[in-house]
Amino acid sequence: MNKIRLSDAKSQVGLILSAIEGGERLERKLTEMGLVPGEEISKLESARTGPVILLVKGTKIAIGRGMADKIIVQEKIIKKNITIALAGNPNSGKTSIFNNLTGTRQHVGNYPGVTVEKKEGSIRYGDYTIRVIDLPGIYSLTAYSLDEVVARDFILDAKPDLIVDIVDSSNLERNLYLATQLMELGMPLVLAFNMSDIAKLAGQHIDEDAFLRLVGIKIVHTVGTKNKGTSQLLKSIVETYEQKDKIKKVSINYGKEIEDELSKLSSGLAEWETLTKRYPIRWLAIKMLEGDKDIADFVKSKINTEELLSQSVLSRNHIKNIFADDPETIIADRRYGFINGMLHEVITRTAESHLKASDMIDRIVVNRIAGIPIFLGVIWLMFKAIFVLSVKPMEWIEQARILIGTFVSGLLPEGSFIQGLLVDGVIGGVGSVLVFVPIIFMLFLFMSILEDTGYMARIAFIVDKFMHKIGLHGRSFIPMLLGFGCNVPAILATRVIASKKDRLTTILINPFMSCGAKLPIYTLLIGVFFSKHNSGNVLFSLYLLGFVMAVIMAKLLRKFIFTGDSAPFVMELPPYRIPTLRGLLTHMWERGWLYIKKAGTVILLGCILIWSLSALPLHAQGDIGKSYIAKIGRFIEPVIRPLGFDWKIGTALISGVVAKEIVVGTLGVLYGVEEDKDGLSLSLRDALREDKYPDGRRVFTPLIAYALMVFVLLYIPCLSTAAVIKKESGSWGWMTFSISYSTLLAWLAAFIIYQGGRLLGF
Amino acid sequence: MPEEQIETAAHLLPGDKAKVIKLSGKVNLRKKLLDMGIVSGATIEMIRHAPLGDPVQIKIKGYHLSLRKTEASHILIKKHI
Repeated sequence: MNKIRLSDAKSQVGLILSAIEGGERLERKLTEMGLVPGEEISKLESARTGPVILLVKGTKIAIGRGMADKIIVQEKIIKKNITIALAGNPNSGKTSIFNNLTGTRQHVGNYPGVTVEKKEGSIRYGDYTIRVIDLPGIYSLTAYSLDEVVARDFILDAKPDLIVDIVDSSNLERNLYLATQLMELGMPLVLAFNMSDIAKLAGQHIDEDAFLRLVGIKIVHTVGTKNKGTSQLLKSIVETYEQKDKIKKVSINYGKEIEDELSKLSSGLAEWETLTKRYPIRWLAIKMLEGDKDIADFVKSKINTEELLSQSVLSRNHIKNIFADDPETIIADRRYGFINGMLHEVITRTAESHLKASDMIDRIVVNRIAGIPIFLGVIWLMFKAIFVLSVKPMEWIEQARILIGTFVSGLLPEGSFIQGLLVDGVIGGVGSVLVFVPIIFMLFLFMSILEDTGYMARIAFIVDKFMHKIGLHGRSFIPMLLGFGCNVPAILATRVIASKKDRLTTILINPFMSCGAKLPIYTLLIGVFFSKHNSGNVLFSLYLLGFVMAVIMAKLLRKFIFTGDSAPFVMELPPYRIPTLRGLLTHMWERGWLYIKKAGTVILLGCILIWSLSALPLHAQGDIGKSYIAKIGRFIEPVIRPLGFDWKIGTALISGVVAKEIVVGTLGVLYGVEEDKDGLSLSLRDALREDKYPDGRRVFTPLIAYALMVFVLLYIPCLSTAAVIKKESGSWGWMTFSISYSTLLAWLAAFIIYQGGRLLGF
Repeated sequence: MPEEQIETAAHLLPGDKAKVIKLSGKVNLRKKLLDMGIVSGATIEMIRHAPLGDPVQIKIKGYHLSLRKTEASHILIKKHI
């Protein structure tokens, strides 16, 4: 804090008296007036000559100019908090700008009511604390997908103090379309022309000063991936914010016919304060003329006359008659016209040549002949890499769990309830969550690579025809693929699907994609009941069956529940880019952490519950055969008897609701064999093979084992998946539906396999 | 003088260039196409068809966009022969 003379102080408020120069007499005199060091004073009036009027403790006092020279004050720093939103088209490099701005001070949460990630961070700049919100990418303020709705609502309703629109410098025309709409909202706006290095290389030059003169908006050149232009961006943000009242508002001239209708609508709107205090009048008028449904609903909800709405219908028809086209088409045309005109003024040569390299890559990877083999190869490589790379870390986590378990176990009385609860319930539960962390992180890492390079969009492009045939969207492919790893991230990944119907269908069929947690069950049963020679085929048949079921269910769901057209497949194919390591790791960490948080808590609670059910009542003294869970297993035995399952299998299946891999553990406990450090003990295999009913029939046959695997494949999604389905679909109804229809399907499939197999003599 | 005829973008072959005249179809699709820069007067170029024949990849306003043939059939174009 710098000390200055009161007469020089620029600020008028928040001046703290620090010292008085000029001797004791003056000091005494001022003290009598209440001017003592430490006092906060305000300067009310200070003409160039004459007395200075001060406000001290609520009283006005006038002092001579000479006296004001002798008073030393400190300007109190007023904390200035502003909120800015980063908006921009997808693939404009928004995330890297966000990371550059906020560094490590960021966190990921959710927007209220939806699971769309809300990335937030903060930065100190001068006197300002700037809160930065990274919005999902949007092309315009018309929202189609959930992500876009969230971004639009944040801009419109949360009203940030300033918007930074991140623009891809090498694709200015389309990127500036959003900027024209943000301009119309009348909020302070700064444009970050990102990836400016590529554009410059291609010979593009932009006259920022001319741009500022023309539209009153500052342009900052940035290179997000190299952290260039960040401080300049911050400077422009603060400058624009401080001068927000002086900024000239430029609006697009839509031509006489449209402007006439806009002013008719505007004058009607001006009478309604409930409308105009929410949104700027002109913007509302444009939206009404465009026939925006959300805005029409908003207007309807706020006012009780039909006048405005009928005016909008009149205006729309009038424009349609003149132009033989819709107002929204004409308006979009004019916006692009405005952009063209503007660019013509400020730009020399556009940068398109960077597309050449990208074109070359496309020529190979989406080639008619090579496209599909390359795609299959990439997917195969990815899966191979994910599994190979996560094997070791998974083993380490498993070993750590056993080590900690043994250690804690030793501290507590042997065989006590508390020992069981802590070791098997809590540590076992946490372990079963953590053991999946490596694979989930790897999965997200590779997903990020696909996304950041631009190949993800090509995958959707390649598979869309097939996906469309089964009633889905090219974008549904990735969530389905992810489902083979874990359904939790897979369902989270459906957020990119614009239409709600497509999205729900993809969510509901996702659990049929056999996830990684089901693999231990298959491995155990196949190892015991099928020859080495056949094991690969059996495993493949399960994955295939799951996929076929998903396809059939998708068709049925589209036919009977989510009827109607599927969403448009109008999607940008962004130029290929080399991802940055930092970007990849951030992506991986954020999504992985979200999984740990979301799935972790649910699974932990479920594990404790299942463990308690298997340890209680206390008088069972640890004999799981007498526990509550075994009681439930016996209770449902009649239902699963037609599938060839006994109560022990029933019990294992119930515990598997928490997480599928627990099925194996429960079987182990039921057969009284401990899991050793290799996970599956040989003794469990023997026990399964040798187990017999009192009448001498074997409990397990290869047929029963297969029916069981099919049941496990199809039945009830695990607790965490169910929780995510609830969150993502926004209703308990869909979760309940998912749980019940999949379990029913599992029962039917297992029934057909078991009974059919018996008839055929297996 | 080149002869002109009105067609839809769905009929364009890879390498063909055409001028957008008008959009048809439902509001949602039309708005989406407009947002993506398919406005009247813009030049579109057919780049390629997907390996399975559908969707198609077009170039518009200096970037690449994919859309299904049914969607492309709502883009009325004027092609120079």
